[in-house]
Amino acid sequence: MRSLLEISFSSLANYIHAGLISAMGDGMAALVTEMVIAGVCLILFLVPLCFFLGYMERKVAGFMQLRLGPNRVGPKGSLQIVADTVKLLFKEGLTPDSSDKFLFNLAPVIVVVTSMLVMAPIAFAKDLQIWDMSIGVLYVTSISSIAVIGILMAGWSSYNKYSLLGAMRSGAQIVSYELSIGLSIISIVILTGSLKMSDIVMSQANGWWIFKGHIPVIISFVIFVIASTAEINRAPFDLTEAEQELTAGFHTEYSGMKFAMFLLSEYINLFVVSAIAATLFLGGWMPFHIGSWQAFNHIMDFIPSSIWFLGKTFFIIFIIMQFRWTFPRLRVDQLLTLEWKYLLPISMVNILLVTLMAIMGWHF
Amino acid sequence: MNLMGENIVTEDGEFIINMGPQHPSTHGVLHLKIWLDGETIKRVQPHLGYIHRSIEKMSENLSYRNFIFATSRMDYLSAHINNEACALCVEKGLQIEATPRAQAIRILMGELTRLSSHQLWWGCTGLDLGAVTPFFYAFREREAIMEIMEETCGARLTQNYMVPGGVMYDIHPNFQKRVKDVMKQVKDNLHEYYDILTGNVIFENRTKGVGYLSAEDAISYGCSGPTARASGVSCDIRKWFPYDGYEKVQFEEILDTGGDCYARYMVRMREMSQSVSIIEQLIDNIPEGDFQAKTKNVIKLPKGEFYQRVETARGELGVYIVSDGAASPYRIKYRSPNFSNLSALDHMARGSKIGDLVAIMATIDLVIPDIDR
Repeated sequence: MRSLLEISFSSLANYIHAGLISAMGDGMAALVTEMVIAGVCLILFLVPLCFFLGYMERKVAGFMQLRLGPNRVGPKGSLQIVADTVKLLFKEGLTPDSSDKFLFNLAPVIVVVTSMLVMAPIAFAKDLQIWDMSIGVLYVTSISSIAVIGILMAGWSSYNKYSLLGAMRSGAQIVSYELSIGLSIISIVILTGSLKMSDIVMSQANGWWIFKGHIPVIISFVIFVIASTAEINRAPFDLTEAEQELTAGFHTEYSGMKFAMFLLSEYINLFVVSAIAATLFLGGWMPFHIGSWQAFNHIMDFIPSSIWFLGKTFFIIFIIMQFRWTFPRLRVDQLLTLEWKYLLPISMVNILLVTLMAIMGWHF
Repeated sequence: MNLMGENIVTEDGEFIINMGPQHPSTHGVLHLKIWLDGETIKRVQPHLGYIHRSIEKMSENLSYRNFIFATSRMDYLSAHINNEACALCVEKGLQIEATPRAQAIRILMGELTRLSSHQLWWGCTGLDLGAVTPFFYAFREREAIMEIMEETCGARLTQNYMVPGGVMYDIHPNFQKRVKDVMKQVKDNLHEYYDILTGNVIFENRTKGVGYLSAEDAISYGCSGPTARASGVSCDIRKWFPYDGYEKVQFEEILDTGGDCYARYMVRMREMSQSVSIIEQLIDNIPEGDFQAKTKNVIKLPKGEFYQRVETARGELGVYIVSDGAASPYRIKYRSPNFSNLSALDHMARGSKIGDLVAIMATIDLVIPDIDR
């Protein structure tokens, strides 16, 4: 069982690569086939993940609100999200008459594709990474910035005042909070000295950065979690979808599968942001070791690395989900004030502290 | 002139948004036309009438006992108190008084209604501002109170329990015990209300300084109830024009001088505690006796005009009956608290953002069927 979870994915990938080259020759055909295989595997992983995240969200919400959540469809309600997705598939996909049809149809595609693209450099287990590029962290921040174009497209092309207002708010929000996210990520990059994801994870072999970097890294972590909750348009920063104010913000006019795309991208973003936080601050797939407690460390090593990674990611997802059901919503100017007057100055001072810490060697 | 022939004047850069009539956060079918300059509100114009059901006209064909049921459907969250107002007005015309037992029962039902109405208001305030969880917490207590109502009055929401002269039936034998249990539950859980919303930084930022209404403006717009009391206007009808034995009950009139959303919020929170204390004073001291004073089978009010005002959960409800001696009223007019409170919305909301408008509407606590009747 343990060996099953610890199979060497790189040897599996090499095997497939060799097989394809012998079948199709060393050229574009093999490359394109590999890309298609990787894409299909990614989608096959992400869609059940989103089903699970949707189910988790509704159950967490239910338990926090003194109720049970879905419990009829499937055992303990586990097939509820599947039923919802099937329902969305059957819905009529209305396109407003006076909307810009090309942009209207393109917007959900952009939003979903950018969400999925960010999964590339994330290390799910010891040997499981789609593309370990040398600029992994930079890739993540830059691709996630493209999503805002999709949102603005959705709002503008809907030809609807509410959507436009929602999209404008969302654009301002996302662009502002990217700064804080970037500065938080940079603090880890400074300590590690590399943008490569595998380097960052390996540098935490003797301890997670949140423990090694003590106070400045803890500040970075908190800022990262707050800023990414804002980045993915989740409560308490979800005024773009504020049901009580603007009906549904930028995705008011979307129905059917296109709306499902927006929902899908929100959950994928949630997973990605938590995965980044887990990788950078909580050690990725590294187990939890305590100094020289050999027996304890051996037991921790026994748990497969993918379980470690998923456990940390879902822990952060759980925290972010709890935010949604606890706090009221921030008003748009309060949201921007929070970023520009509070988070950004704190991040900048924190960068100085982290640099000082890295130079003087004050981390563990 | 727009398509509907209205003269809508917009300055450069302004655009008009319709909020409602079907909208998740207007508490009923309220249609607000909002003139916006970017995110800032320039003007709010409510359009009413979406739930006009001709209650006043209908009552002209009903007897003096029958017309009371329709008021339950006006401000359905203060159903008992609305019914009480009508019953009192008819009693004024007949120049009788309800029996002491009926008066105590009326006060108890009224305060239970006020408490459950404020609980629902609290849940909806959280919901409007984005915190979904308070809604469920509020309904936990409210359900308990509704079950008490169902046991005694037969209905959970539109109770129709008051008759001229007293109440329709005597209280259920379980009433006192159940009310004491619920009061204990409410007192245990009230701190949760403060924990979740009141101390929350985000909530305070959304409500402090938002929607300021000065005392002079509150009086000139005719605001009443917690909306006016939060601006410092002392207007609790239970203190100024006591009815049904309220003069014998010890309670405080809650005033605040803030005038903003947070002040209105705190006034209602403290009123909840006051309601609990009134209920606890009376629940063991209900006088014995008849629950209904003797009235003729067919009630006919003498010719004349009669007015009675009561303090509902939202403000001053006035019932004005014009009688010409027949068995049905000639004309009934209700002075609705929500109508006057809504008229101050434009004044409070100018210059603020849409998010503030939602917060203001949440704390004015409107019930739209009361405005349209």
